[in-house]
Amino acid sequence: MNNIIEVKNVTFEYEDGDKKDIILNDFSLNIERGSFTVILGHNGSGKSTLAKLLNGLYKPAFGEILVDGISTLDEDKELEIKSKVGLVFQNPDNQLVASIVEDDVAFGPENLGHDPLIIRKEVDEALKAVDMYEFRKSTPHRLSGGQKQRIAIAGIIAMKPDCIVLDEPTAMLDPKGRSEIISTIMKLNREYNITIVLITHFMEEAVQADRVLVMDDGKVVADSTPKNIFSNIKLLKDVGLDVPQTTELLYLLKKGGLNISTDVISIEESAKKIYDAIHLEEK
Amino acid sequence: MLNDITFGQYYANNSFVHKMDPRAKLLILVTIIVFIFLAQNAVALSLIALLIFCGVFFSKVPLKMYLKNLKAILPILIFTLLINLFFTSNVNTQPSWSFELFLGLTITNLSLYRAFYMAARILLLIIISAELTYTTTPNDLTDAIENLLSPLKFIGLKNVVHTLAMMMTIALRFIPTLIEETQKIMNAQKARGADLESGNLIERIKALIPILIPLLISSVRRAYELAEAMECRCYNGGEGKKRMKQLKYSTNDYTAFFIVFLVCATTIAVNFIL
Repeated sequence: MNNIIEVKNVTFEYEDGDKKDIILNDFSLNIERGSFTVILGHNGSGKSTLAKLLNGLYKPAFGEILVDGISTLDEDKELEIKSKVGLVFQNPDNQLVASIVEDDVAFGPENLGHDPLIIRKEVDEALKAVDMYEFRKSTPHRLSGGQKQRIAIAGIIAMKPDCIVLDEPTAMLDPKGRSEIISTIMKLNREYNITIVLITHFMEEAVQADRVLVMDDGKVVADSTPKNIFSNIKLLKDVGLDVPQTTELLYLLKKGGLNISTDVISIEESAKKIYDAIHLEEK
Repeated sequence: MLNDITFGQYYANNSFVHKMDPRAKLLILVTIIVFIFLAQNAVALSLIALLIFCGVFFSKVPLKMYLKNLKAILPILIFTLLINLFFTSNVNTQPSWSFELFLGLTITNLSLYRAFYMAARILLLIIISAELTYTTTPNDLTDAIENLLSPLKFIGLKNVVHTLAMMMTIALRFIPTLIEETQKIMNAQKARGADLESGNLIERIKALIPILIPLLISSVRRAYELAEAMECRCYNGGEGKKRMKQLKYSTNDYTAFFIVFLVCATTIAVNFIL
């Protein structure tokens, strides 16, 4: 089986008094094992709900979600599913349980009832994986936002998950913290072969993904490689995403008649593209 | 203000007492407190005092720290001293001397003895409790309490012990976060023109409402998010939970237990003899 997660015709709705609010309607999605998928969407597009469905925190009203072949509706396998698909949230402060870093990371394996010596090993490995080993005796409130979020990720890794779903993990961080998190995620995907589902509304974070999904109003409106997605600026703007300034500039230049592709994101690359395009024009 | 919060008042060091098992320290604390009250005469009490001062010496916490602690209770100490000095009734034994101050307040040799005896008791209680908090982190204390209370699960209170420990852990974890949040809300309200520092008592209490309500709402939101995050980390009410850090009694602890036992036994003996 090559898909770690299979979402099959899932419908999810909130009941708000008499009126029902349908978040996802007949939604299907497969996540390939070992892949790095980015889900883009603005607030209210249903992406956070999707994240919580993936590890069984929320249960679908109709349809089913299979994690490694096990349905999230199977109540006996609840812990197994949650340890296979770890979920990291937006606010690191509200995910940390203990006031010593290593005790916090140990929380997951402790709940799973692992042997104390094995827990010790899992905790040390997890902390090394996110480069926070030297802070193991520290207390979370003395750490920066990016460091706290890495501890939260370590807390998930300690449970040895196959897949990590991150729900806007960088939304509350400064640019430095944001790049720390993104490089940590990349490392986990490339070196530890953990499947990553990154949910975000920052397009910049999607550059290195294998696959980008764009969600709007509970539906997938685009599903392709980052290059393809980023060249379709109009679609991104239509679903209300903040297009990076460089992409926007390239887009406007192209609209103005310059022969240039819009699929680059970094400032250096864009500058070079523009330089080349202008030179080409002059010739 | 925010950066130097010390929880409890842990003084990081690597002494004999620091390295002891927190359970042993807690048990010894309770024993000594009981024996401070069981000691019925000055000799017995000085034995306990000697034991406590040995502990203080081996904790390698500067005496200054203990004195700081004592300063806070100085008023209570003086109050106890005076009350006992003037209002000790001498029913059974006739005082060998007495001295009338004024307004009928008299000091006798018995009341003098009793006043100092009571003050010494309070002093010792404060010193020994301070020693525990100086040498043990709140987290270790939480673990110790959970561990020591664990026999309660045999009388059907299984979840109570675990829940209590979880609550203490989370409370310790969130104290700095909530202090920070309070500070932020206060600043935000001040920026909107809230006046928190002037007015009479009632006005000041009223001024706290716009701080407490946002704090309460955000705490509830935090609690909800934390609960989801805990669920994602396979928390299911502590069932089948194993701790990474297992508490273990060492030779140090057994030595300390033995010494405390000896002193306590002697105290009882002294009580009988004198």
